[in-house]
Amino acid sequence: MSDLEVRSGHDEPIPNPGLQEHQYRPQDVDPKQARRTERQISAMFLVAAVLFVGFCAVYVFVDADETFLGWSAQNFGFGFTLGGALLLIGIGIIQWAKKLMGDHEIVEMRHSAASSAEDRTAVLADINAGLDESGIGRRPMIVRSLGVALGALGLPALFVLRDMGPLPYGHRNTVWKKGMRVVVDVTGEPIKPSDLRVGDLVNAEPAAFFETDDEGKPLFHGTELLQAKSKAAVIVVRMRPESIRPAKGRENWGIDGILAYSKICTHVGCPISLWEQQTHHLLCPCHQSTFDLADNGKVVFGPAHRPLPQLPLALDSEGYLIATRDFPEIVAPSYPRLAHDQKKLDEQA
Amino acid sequence: MRFSVRKLSTRRRHRFAGPLVLLLGLVLAGGVYAALAPSPATAEQDTAREVEAGRQLFEIGCASCHGLNAEGIETQRGGNFGPSLIGVGAAAVDFQVGTGRMPMAQTAPQAPRKKVAYDAEEIKQLAAFVASLGPGPAIPGDDYTDIDSASIEDVREGGEIFRTNCTACHNSVGAGGAMPNGKFAPDIRDVSPKHIAEAMITGPQQMPGFSDDIITPEEKRNVIAYVKTLKDSPSYGGLGGGSLGPVVDGVFAWFIGIGGLVVVAVWIGAHGTRVKKK
Amino acid sequence: MSTSTDTEYTPIENTPAGRKLGGPVGWLDDRLGLAGAAKKNLRKVFPEHWSFMLGEIALWSFVVLLISGVFLTLWFQPSMSEVEYHGPYTPLNGLEMSQAYQSTLKISFEIRGGLLIRQVHHWAAALFVAAMLAHMLRVFFTGAYRKPREINWLIGVGLLSMGMVEGFAGYSLPDDLLSGTGLRFVDGLIRSIPIVGSYIEFFLFGGEFPGNEIIPRLYMAHILLLPALLLGLIGAHMLLLVYHKHTQWPGPGRTNDNVVGYPMLPVYAAKAGGFFFVVFGFTALMGAFLQINPVWAYGPYNPSEVTAGSQPDWYMGFSEGLVRIMPNWESTFFGLTWSWNVFIPGVGGLGLIFTSLALWPFIERWITGDQREHHLLERPRNAPTRTALGVAAMTAYGVGWAAGGNDIIATKFHSDIFTITWIFRFGFFIFPVIAFIVTRRICIGLQRADANRILHGYETGVLERSPEGGYSERHAPLPVTTQYTLTAHDRLPALEAPPETDANGVAAPGGRKAKLRQRLREFYFANALDKPTTHDVEHALEHLGDHDGHPVELGDDFQGVSEAGIPRVH
Repeated sequence: MSDLEVRSGHDEPIPNPGLQEHQYRPQDVDPKQARRTERQISAMFLVAAVLFVGFCAVYVFVDADETFLGWSAQNFGFGFTLGGALLLIGIGIIQWAKKLMGDHEIVEMRHSAASSAEDRTAVLADINAGLDESGIGRRPMIVRSLGVALGALGLPALFVLRDMGPLPYGHRNTVWKKGMRVVVDVTGEPIKPSDLRVGDLVNAEPAAFFETDDEGKPLFHGTELLQAKSKAAVIVVRMRPESIRPAKGRENWGIDGILAYSKICTHVGCPISLWEQQTHHLLCPCHQSTFDLADNGKVVFGPAHRPLPQLPLALDSEGYLIATRDFPEIVAPSYPRLAHDQKKLDEQA
Repeated sequence: MRFSVRKLSTRRRHRFAGPLVLLLGLVLAGGVYAALAPSPATAEQDTAREVEAGRQLFEIGCASCHGLNAEGIETQRGGNFGPSLIGVGAAAVDFQVGTGRMPMAQTAPQAPRKKVAYDAEEIKQLAAFVASLGPGPAIPGDDYTDIDSASIEDVREGGEIFRTNCTACHNSVGAGGAMPNGKFAPDIRDVSPKHIAEAMITGPQQMPGFSDDIITPEEKRNVIAYVKTLKDSPSYGGLGGGSLGPVVDGVFAWFIGIGGLVVVAVWIGAHGTRVKKK
Repeated sequence: MSTSTDTEYTPIENTPAGRKLGGPVGWLDDRLGLAGAAKKNLRKVFPEHWSFMLGEIALWSFVVLLISGVFLTLWFQPSMSEVEYHGPYTPLNGLEMSQAYQSTLKISFEIRGGLLIRQVHHWAAALFVAAMLAHMLRVFFTGAYRKPREINWLIGVGLLSMGMVEGFAGYSLPDDLLSGTGLRFVDGLIRSIPIVGSYIEFFLFGGEFPGNEIIPRLYMAHILLLPALLLGLIGAHMLLLVYHKHTQWPGPGRTNDNVVGYPMLPVYAAKAGGFFFVVFGFTALMGAFLQINPVWAYGPYNPSEVTAGSQPDWYMGFSEGLVRIMPNWESTFFGLTWSWNVFIPGVGGLGLIFTSLALWPFIERWITGDQREHHLLERPRNAPTRTALGVAAMTAYGVGWAAGGNDIIATKFHSDIFTITWIFRFGFFIFPVIAFIVTRRICIGLQRADANRILHGYETGVLERSPEGGYSERHAPLPVTTQYTLTAHDRLPALEAPPETDANGVAAPGGRKAKLRQRLREFYFANALDKPTTHDVEHALEHLGDHDGHPVELGDDFQGVSEAGIPRVH
């Protein structure tokens, strides 16, 4: 195994010539040159000091809305003065070390990383004495029961973390309900089929996000709104009816070529709305999963596995688009109990 | 200044007198004509002339792909050399021809923006011709493009609509993005407000359309105002690297940051000048 | 301090310096007893080479991070409660956003110097991880992780992984659209963990995504937990470095048992201290000229919004790329969903990198059987298989990186994003193999060139015409220092396999494992060139003269050769 040890150290073709003769720098032999270098370095330090004062001047005199070269004048002024000053100090110190400080190479002997054999033996003896006097070897019952106690120590540590969050819930459902209007995102306006031409796209939300309660406060706001949005956001597209190939049972999910799909990618949940109106492909910008919305949201490329869930549409009495029910397929990225939850959802429908 | 008639008459045989009188006569005649001439042709007569001029331009420059009556020319496999333009409206023509995308120089997954081939008058005529074929969106007016009239709240709303509908393809500042099969969402920062409005209305090529019932003209104006506000804002922190995000960020960190510091490190370890003496 | 032998010897306490220092040193030592430790370390010798400063870049950027980070904590609000914005950045006026985002806007637009400190903090973080990566590559390719430095290597791997997590936590704090999209990705990633995914998700986010808890929790990790761990590991890393002393390149006067260089006080302290100012100044200048992600243009995080060109910061790019090119495999059994499409590249990818990094020194030791202490660095060409493996790993990493930016590549180079993805899918496996083969051959070629130069000297450019009329170029021997440097590495070990059975037909213990080891050893040392023997060198010397056997005469303008053996021109 240690043929390397056998071979090495023998047959070195070129012996070590040893440290070479020291070569001097101009500053070592010429005092004038040394003084010139000194002045250079001092000048750098003094300019640095000036720049630091310049930083303070920028702080006091430059306004937040002034620009310089199309950038914020304040930011540039601060960065240039601070950075320049620090850089000059650094370069000055390094120049000092390189040109003026002593630069004779010094040799220091290494020691083996290992301690001496006596120390090692002493440590072994100490450990042995310690173990002996503790009686660990002779008292297995103590050791095992201690092991049980220390193992159980882990339990409170684990349990205490239980309230970091609730147990998982709500993966199966979104806020969409039967009869809920589909409204334009940001403005909250309801949608009539005549509002859409073939090739149009609407980024939409459930009407509940724009409704207020009796006191005028929004039903959903803050964290609850974001949580609900991360599952309920939809896109509505209009295609030529003859291009659509609905799966069995989905023939009446659209209105005249208008279809609604979940906006949340089934891969890891980015919202998708890169719609190519002529190919009917929807591309997710995060990892390029591509879905064919004319073919029930089937995945045509990319790492997403599940097709994009579709929201069944209908018209209410005033002619606006509504959902007929919550999504029949579970929305958002996959999780371990997805198959189980989907089965439950199918049974409920 | 006192003007003496005598002074004028003593100059009546001056060599410039003749041409001056001629000039006066012409100016007078032209002015009287302009003041008293019959009014120019009516709007309908103008439009009809425009449409006809447009049709002639269309025949030469567009019909080879779009058909003599803009009905489109289909291929055997169900695609087309140029789609039907019936019903696309003046807005679509103004956009496609006005940004140089049309006439398309060669087949490509997407018609790129290039040098505009027609002047403003010709584009108007082409647009009038196509508009006459069937009802479609008109060229947007001030209610879409007057971004100076947008208030602070309007710009904020425009930003919300922009980030909800547009950034997925065009990126947060409108610098553009990738689409499948060699297509792309272009950089819209330098595009005129009129053309941006037309693109939103007509949905050119793969881009979806956003009808005026979904995003109203005022909301479209707010979106354009937001995009232009971003474009006109200073790049506060310095060079933006094309606003393409973290990829450029990483390039800066490695090439400028580590590269520069390695240069300094090499300098620190370098031997420097040595003298032979002593 | 050199004392001339001409003058009288003056004890140090009686010199002016000694008198001034004696008081303070005595006061401290009476209480702390540090003279013993100080004695060993004040003039400790550090060797000089630019590649030894890569770790320093990481160290000093960490200090810059601490300084700029404290500044930021004076104003940042790690809360997800909603507020309405009414600050100076008007395009967002009246918009609802989290306090975290609002305080970030405040730092950027209302606190003077705030934007600069944010940018300095970001560039220092990028430099920190980049420098760690560059330093790790240097240590790998020069073999500096070998005994006794394996533990330091493991500490380094820990520092790299924690640095990446720290950076991710940091850039998620502003709660803007880009980093929020990144958190959404992490949410999907956690969900893909088999069996317990959604439990971990709900515990981490304190409920459904995005919840109220994730920003404050990331803040705690970012300013308390991870910096403490990083500081501890950095301390241990430096301690081991001081104890083992730094490795050095082979050269004249340098052996495996010494260190040749400059003392800590004053030269090395000045160079390292100066370099700290340089790194700090550099990050500040980068903060002046180069804009970081403009969070004000992205807007606050909204799960219905996304921007094209969504990528994480560059050090997560490898992971992002693997997730993009992974085929969409997902299966269902035992009534559970197993999302291989996210789990394998996301968790598996990073796990694979760090595990193989951590295990490599021990795997190499098992293959080569090398138990000695190594303090001299190896030139990469002298360990061709290790270098080739390193380049292959870098290639695989690079494919992941490039795949993470596949949409930027498609946009900038007008190509099809699907084609690019397919190229990377196959390339991830094929490109590293090609890189391995090419690199190993290059290393062996370089070894041959070295051996040629040692034995036959270097080409002087002086042409000689023989009496018969043929032209040849004169070679001159390399200077001894260069010859020595080129041969100061280990010989190749003997590769004969130990006998499988002994004289009595008893099979050797170890069996299959020993056979595997032998095969790996042969693969590891395959085709590598051994350095010339003394006999080779003497034999070559005989042929180094001209055709008549006279030693080569060099002209008056001969200026010698550089350290690499290349003739100097005037």
